[in-house]
Formats: sequence, structure tokens, C-alpha cells
Amino acid sequence: MARTRTATTAPERPREGSANPEAQTSQETPATQRRRAERARGSQPSMFGGLSGSRKNVLDLDDFSKEEIEHILQSADGMNEVLSRNVRKTPTLRGKTILTLFFENSTRTRVSFEQAGKVLGADVINVSASASSVAKGESLLNTVRTLEAMKIDVLVMRHPHSGAPYFVASKIDAAVVNAGDGTHAHPTQSLLDLYTMRRHLGDIAGKKVAIIGDLHFSRVARSDVWGLRKMGAEVRVCGPPTLLPYGLRPGTEKPDSAAFTGIKVVDRVEETLEGADVVMALRIQRERQDSGNLPDLREYSKLYGINADRLALANPGALLMHPGPMNEGIEISSEVAHGAQAVIEEQVSNGVAIRMAVLYLLCPRSATRD
Amino acid sequence: MTKPTAIVGGRVLDPVQGIDRLADVLLKDGIVEAITGAPGDVPDGYHVIDATGLVVAPGFIDVHTHLREPGFEHKETIATGTRAAAAGGFTTICAMPNTEPNQDNVSTVEFVLRTGREQGVVRVLAIGAVTLERAGKRLVEMAELADAGVIGFSDDGNPVADPNIMRQALTYSQVTGLPIINHCEEPSIAGAGQMQMGVIASHLGLTGVASEAETVMVERDIALAELTGGRLHVAHLSTRRAVEAVRRAKERGLHVTAEATPHHVSITESWVYGLGGAVPENGALSTAAYDTNTKVNPPLRTNDDVDAVVEGLAEGTIDLIATDHAPHAATDKECTYIEAAHGISNIETAFGSCMVPVHSGHLALEDLIERMTAAPARFLGPTAGDTELGSLKVGLPADVVVLDPSADWTVEPEAFFSKGKNTPLAGTTLKGLVVTTLYAGEVVHEAGARLD
Amino acid sequence: MTRVFVSQGPGGLENQGRLIMSAEQLRRALVRISHEILERNERPVAVIGMQTRGVDLAHRIADLIDSIENSETDFGTLDPRLYRDDLGGADKPVQPSQISFAIDGRPVVLVDDVLYTGRTIRAALDALLDFGRPSSIQLAVLVDRGHRELPIRADYVGKNVPTARGEDVRVLLEEVDGSDGVALVRRNEAPADSGGKA
Repeated sequence: MARTRTATTAPERPREGSANPEAQTSQETPATQRRRAERARGSQPSMFGGLSGSRKNVLDLDDFSKEEIEHILQSADGMNEVLSRNVRKTPTLRGKTILTLFFENSTRTRVSFEQAGKVLGADVINVSASASSVAKGESLLNTVRTLEAMKIDVLVMRHPHSGAPYFVASKIDAAVVNAGDGTHAHPTQSLLDLYTMRRHLGDIAGKKVAIIGDLHFSRVARSDVWGLRKMGAEVRVCGPPTLLPYGLRPGTEKPDSAAFTGIKVVDRVEETLEGADVVMALRIQRERQDSGNLPDLREYSKLYGINADRLALANPGALLMHPGPMNEGIEISSEVAHGAQAVIEEQVSNGVAIRMAVLYLLCPRSATRD
Repeated sequence: MTKPTAIVGGRVLDPVQGIDRLADVLLKDGIVEAITGAPGDVPDGYHVIDATGLVVAPGFIDVHTHLREPGFEHKETIATGTRAAAAGGFTTICAMPNTEPNQDNVSTVEFVLRTGREQGVVRVLAIGAVTLERAGKRLVEMAELADAGVIGFSDDGNPVADPNIMRQALTYSQVTGLPIINHCEEPSIAGAGQMQMGVIASHLGLTGVASEAETVMVERDIALAELTGGRLHVAHLSTRRAVEAVRRAKERGLHVTAEATPHHVSITESWVYGLGGAVPENGALSTAAYDTNTKVNPPLRTNDDVDAVVEGLAEGTIDLIATDHAPHAATDKECTYIEAAHGISNIETAFGSCMVPVHSGHLALEDLIERMTAAPARFLGPTAGDTELGSLKVGLPADVVVLDPSADWTVEPEAFFSKGKNTPLAGTTLKGLVVTTLYAGEVVHEAGARLD
Repeated sequence: MTRVFVSQGPGGLENQGRLIMSAEQLRRALVRISHEILERNERPVAVIGMQTRGVDLAHRIADLIDSIENSETDFGTLDPRLYRDDLGGADKPVQPSQISFAIDGRPVVLVDDVLYTGRTIRAALDALLDFGRPSSIQLAVLVDRGHRELPIRADYVGKNVPTARGEDVRVLLEEVDGSDGVALVRRNEAPADSGGKA
């Protein structure tokens, strides 16, 4: 059933401006001013009064409310502070066991989850399996049931098949976090993208985000689109017609599906980039060329690659993002990938804080399960 | 000898004889003894079945059943499959050849027919493969298989992909007079698709099968049928464009017939969301999504396709209902959508599903009965064991079904007689119940039996 | 007896409560606590407030100390939620702890609004020790309402208030709530611990 969340919203407290707090507080002593600045930097006011309902799994952002996303992004600030300490360890999830089960290689995402779990004091067990050795679904089911019998609280899984974590979540009691399923979703990547945007741009609402490339096969883009729309961003997409999701392709019917409303498809990459606050280049997978989706990568690069000239069309100071790993010189030029506007490495480091926030959100629930 | 039976007081529907009236049906010695002019006194010594308020029709005929034996007895056996068929009101079913070994040779066909006679609850006919191992390379010995009793040839599960092989098959099969039943899907378009191409597949991140995979193949086969004069039967037709293609072929007088399945006239691609056909509110998926029991080939289509298939069925462009009953073991479906086997175990829910367009006013009950009895009997022709089927004519086998078109019942896969519990309809309420099935004059199924 | 309406925040349920500290009494209590802190410590202390209202109280105490001593008191914030023993804190986002000075070898005063079971303070002690090794840790609270579950006591108390378990102490601060005051409210039958401070 579709979950609806009724989140209570408190009246928003005006955020203290980060710019020059001295100006507005001239009668205060320097120490008080410093204190005020200290606090303005650290704690943002809570935007709402708490989460209603309980979340068992994080499978995609489609069932998250804006408030819940906000909660995670705010918690990530707290988690980032923990990561900045000399002692990067809290006892929060002491005695909890997190299992990462990866059917696809991804050092980056797996290590990020492992680090997140360990900083919060959980025991983390890593299992990598190859989907080919687990050719039949019976084995996938048996695999997770066997692992669950060893008392795990959270299963973080990546699988090459879309929907695999939904299947697993319907079969086991442990909380399930989707660390990427086929061409469907990658919610924690999307959360860290939102977090990275918010750190640089403040409120995401109303910001123009241009997503360029393979939206059809990109699980990151799919989850990003959910997250961005929930946070009120304006999403524009551009990519080769063969690599746009059905329903966004030229000539296909206008979808009434909630999955695709509010996305603006733009034909030309230049037009997509004009006035954008965020430019997100998606990874182009070489195998798409073999399956007939693209003539060749050279043409792709020419039509859709993000280079300095194109990036200049976006707003000054626009963020350049990429979910990684990059094909430099294809979807993104080396010059801009390592340029001043790129926040690609920051995306990676924010991943740990976001995943800590996600695990923190889930573990209490798994603890109170009967 | 069994006691003679009288089915009294029901509305007797026999499209072949043009009968649609309240009457008693008398069965004796395994054959139809009489249909009375009106309900009346039953002669002494008859076992009486009260059909007041119910419909009495010839037993259903399914020309497309996967019985899985030999080779996949963990999914279904001829014994369980025929018992399930009886529960669905079917008294004649045609075993598809994708067994192991394939029904591409006389001994396997004979095994299926013999086992059907010995263990089957209803009549089992067999369909032979078109090519050896259903590999699409070399034709089977069609004449010999015809002598062994097959009623047609099909590589079902696989299309006959190579146009030249299909041309040869359509040409050569004319020595037998039997149809080539093609699973119409162009593999190079369908690719590794798992469900209907469209917004829902995109939403779920599943690879879509374009409707054109069916259209292209149907058009090709029609062209080849025209070229060769062979007899083409389009299996499980599911798209609007394919319905149109068959309609045009029939208008040109070609020897083309087509079937539709109960699921393609009643449910759509949105069932993959796992919410009984509902589209999730705000697009948020639940863990019920990716319901592997909806994975079927051809895939569940769009609303528009369902409308077109029902139209085609109502006007006769689509000749008949065939179940494509495809039982699977639990492990074949307890996996990711991509790994899941294709198919729905539906022979026990077929009538209820086919009543969906009847209750919505898009198909007449009389036409539905025709498409499940007279039409498949015509398709089988005189080949079905030299007996005419699909009618309650005096002297024909006493294969009868008693139906309650307006009874509600809830689908409980655990209660299926089929070993295959794979249905997306679990928990769904269907309106239209098979009350009693008689095969050769004997009761082989009574509603409620499943509850015992 | 003064009666005030106390908003319990976004939940919206309003309770009649009994005012146990007025704005003026609250101010005086903080002034007294500040003097006591100075009396008891020869060396400059660092003042660290616990989220949420403890932060505002600590901020005021630091300001008061500075105005008394003409000093610049180090001030920090601490969110002890990641150190709690009940994982009960996930309903609100974790806040960053801001301690931008070394706490090693110096006295630290932890500030919270209400001392109740002592569990939050236990968590805060653990959290603080991850930042360094203070020479001493002292505890200042505006209200001590009793019912301790751990061997913890406050060094500086604004007011001791005997309470029943079915009651909540609500501290209102101008920074958060628009006005100062402390009220005792009867908790509804509804779920316990909507923020009952420890």
C-alpha cells in the first residue's frame, strides 16, 4: 500500500543568516556574537516536530515525504560533525549488526555504508556475492534468509535486478536499505546529492537542476528525480531519445504516472543548461552502445558531453555533479570535472554522513520490533 | 455402469445447436441422452443435479495448456493438471509440447496421450512441436505426429523465429491439415524484456517488451500464411495492432485463427505494481511491487489492448479463449522479477476472469460460452479422437459444465488443484463460478470440493 | 495560583499547566547559578549546552558570567542523542555538537533545562568524553524534578520541583517559545515521553 505520511510542520523559524552576524547584533559583546555565529553555523532549527509512522526500509525516495528527507539531511549535519571529530565513534548502534550484501561490485558505496555503520558503533559484516553464482531466485531468497538467521538488524543490498530489494524486504524481518537495484533506484545516492546541493545552495526548492544523459538506465537519476521533485526543485532532463525513459521520449504519450510528472524534457543540451543551478552529468555505460542505443560515444560526447563552454551557460557558480565513476572526456570533460564548480568528490564524502543518518533512522525501529 | 444423470432446471446454452432455453439435460452411458423442451419431470433412476438459476453448457475446451509432464512434474503433472482443468470447467485440454523431452516425437506424444487416458480426469489431447527440440531449425515429422494424434504444431514458449522455417512449416503442414500455432513475438524486438514497455516498466526500471514485437510477428505470419495457403493459428493474441492484423487477414479470407487468454481480457500491466491492478498513490512502490506472478509472455498489456482484445473476441476476430495455463513451482516465482519464470496458473480461474468483460457489458455471456466450447471444437475439427466435441448434441460425450455467472468467490491459490499456485489474482474476488463439471457423464468437479 | 496555557509544540495539544517559575524567577535563578559557577571554579570554565533548550540556557549563563567577570567564556553545544541507551532519539534530526575549543584539563559545565531520570546526562557525559578529558564536569539545570534512575546529581539547580511521574515540566524560553517561564503540566493518557527530559 502506498504509505502516506502526515508530518506535522512547525512554523519555520527564520534561519539566521550566515552572512556577517556582527551587523545585526551590534550591542552584543564580541563573545556573545561569536557564540551566536557558532550556533548559526551548527544547529539549524528543526523544520518539523518529528516523524510520524515508522519506516522499516529505505528502498527508494518515492515513499519519503519532504519532511522525512529534510530530517535525514539535517541529521547528516550532525553526522558530519561526528566524522570531523578526533574520536570518530559513537555507541549509538552498539550491538546492532548491519550486513552489506553486494551482488555487484561497488567499493565506493559498500565502504561508505561500512564506514557509516562502524562510526555509529554497529558491527558490519560484508558479503559479496555474484548474481551469476546465485542464478536462481531461490538462492537469493535462501541466501538472505540464511543471513538473517544469523541475527542481522539491517540488510544493505545491491543487486543487478530492479526490484530485488523489494522482493527481499517482503520476505525478511530485518530492515532493508537499497544500495542500488538494477536500473531502478539508488536512494542513498540521491539523498547525498540533495545534501550536497543543500550545503552549497541552501533551500533546494525552486532551484533549477539539469540532468543530462542516460536517464533510462540510470538508477541514480530515477531516485534523484523523486528526491528533487519532493524538495520542490525544477527538474529538466536532456538525453538521447533512446536513453530517455518511456513516457519522456519524444513521440510517446504524455504519462499520467506520478513517476514522471513535473519533469521537463528539453531537446537541446544548451537550452537545458541555461540558468541551471545544478548540472548533473550521468554516467554513460559503454554497453549501451553495443545494444544499439547509441551510434558511438564520440557522437554522444559531441551532443551531450558537459564541457566548459556548456557549463558556462548555467548560472554562475552552478554546481557540477556526477554520480561516478566518471568517463572523463565522454559525458564530462576533465577540465570541468576537476574544475572549481565540480563537487563530485564532496558527493562521495557526504555519502558517509547521509548513510549514517539513514542507518540511525532505521535501527531504532528494528530494535523495537517484536 | 454409472447411474444416468439429469441436470435440471438450468439455462441450457449450446451454441452449436443454437439452444438457449431453460431445459433439463439427460446424460446416460457417458453420452448426452436428451435435452428436454422445458424443465419437467425427471424419469426414475436418474441422479439429479439441480441447476436452477444456473447455466448448463458443454464442457470447456482449452487448446493451450501447459501440463509440464514429462520433465517438469514438480510444476504440474497430467493428473494434477487435468484435475485443475475440471475445476475450471474444462473437459478437453491440449497439452503444449514444451516438455522434457519435447513433444517433437511420437513416443513423447504417445506418452502424454496414454497418461492422459490413464491418469487424466478429463480428455487430454496433444500438440506437437514445429521443430525438433523447439529450436527453430528442423521441422518435426509432422505426418507421423499427426498419425499419433496431435491436433496442431507449436514451438510455444519460443516463436518460430526464422521466417523461412515458418514458411516451410506452413507449407508442409498442409499434408496434415493441422494448424501451425505460433507464439507471436519477434525476439529481436522483445529482447530481454520482462513486461509491457511503457511508463510502468520505466517506473519500475524493468526492461519493456514493445507491443510491436507481437505485431511484427503476427504480420509476418499472416503474410506467410497467405503465401503458402497454410493454416495459421495465432497463440495468445494480446495487442490492438495484432487484433487489427488478424481482422484484415480474415477479411481477405485467409486461413487464420486466433486465441486470447483469460488474463489478457481481464488484467493489465498495472498489476505488476502488486496492488490488484491499482496504481500506487503518488507513485510510491510498496514491497508488493514487482509481483512475479504477473510475469507472463506475452506480457500483461495496456488498458487499450485489453479493450481491443475483448472487442476482437466479441466480434469473432479472435476465435476462442485458450488459457495458456502455465503452472510453476514456488521457487520459479520467489525471486526477482527478472529471474522469474513466465506464466500464470489460470485454468481454475479462467471462467471467472473471462466473466470480467461480460459483467462490464463488453462481451455477451452466450459469446463467451461459444468461444470456450463451439469455437475451440471447430478449431480442433474432426481430429479430436474422431468425436465431435463442444456441444450437447444427443449422442456426443456427456461433457457438461454447470456455471453460476453471478457467484462471487475469492481466489485462494493454496486451494488450487494445480500444483502451480502462481497467480496474481490471489485474494481477488471473481464473479463467475464453475459449480459442477461432468466428463463423460461423471461428476469430476463440484464447487466446494476445493474446501475439503 | 496562576494558570497558563502551554503549547506542547507542533502536536498541537494544549494543556492547562501550573506556572512554577515566572520569567523573573527564571532570570534570577540563572544569575544565581552563574555566580555559583564562578564561586566554585577558580579557573575559567567552558559552558556547554545540551540540545535543545539547554543550549539557550548555556548561552545565557555564558553571557551572565562574562558580564560579571568581563571575560570571554567558551561556549559549546552538545547533542547527546547518539549516546543514548534507548535509541529513542531518532524522532528529531541529530544536531551537530559544536565544541570548537579544547576541553582537556579544564572544568566544563554542562547545562540542561530539566534533570529527570539522569539518562540524558549519562549519555552527555559519554559524548563529552569523546571530545577530550576535562579536569571536571559539572552539571547545571534549571529544574530538578526528581525520579533519578542513575546515580547522577546536579551541581547547580535553579529550582527543585517535586513532581509526579504523570506530570511534565515544560521550560519555555524566549529564544524558542517567545517567552520565559516554567510550567508543570499533567501529561495526557496519550503516549509517554514526548520529550520528558532526563
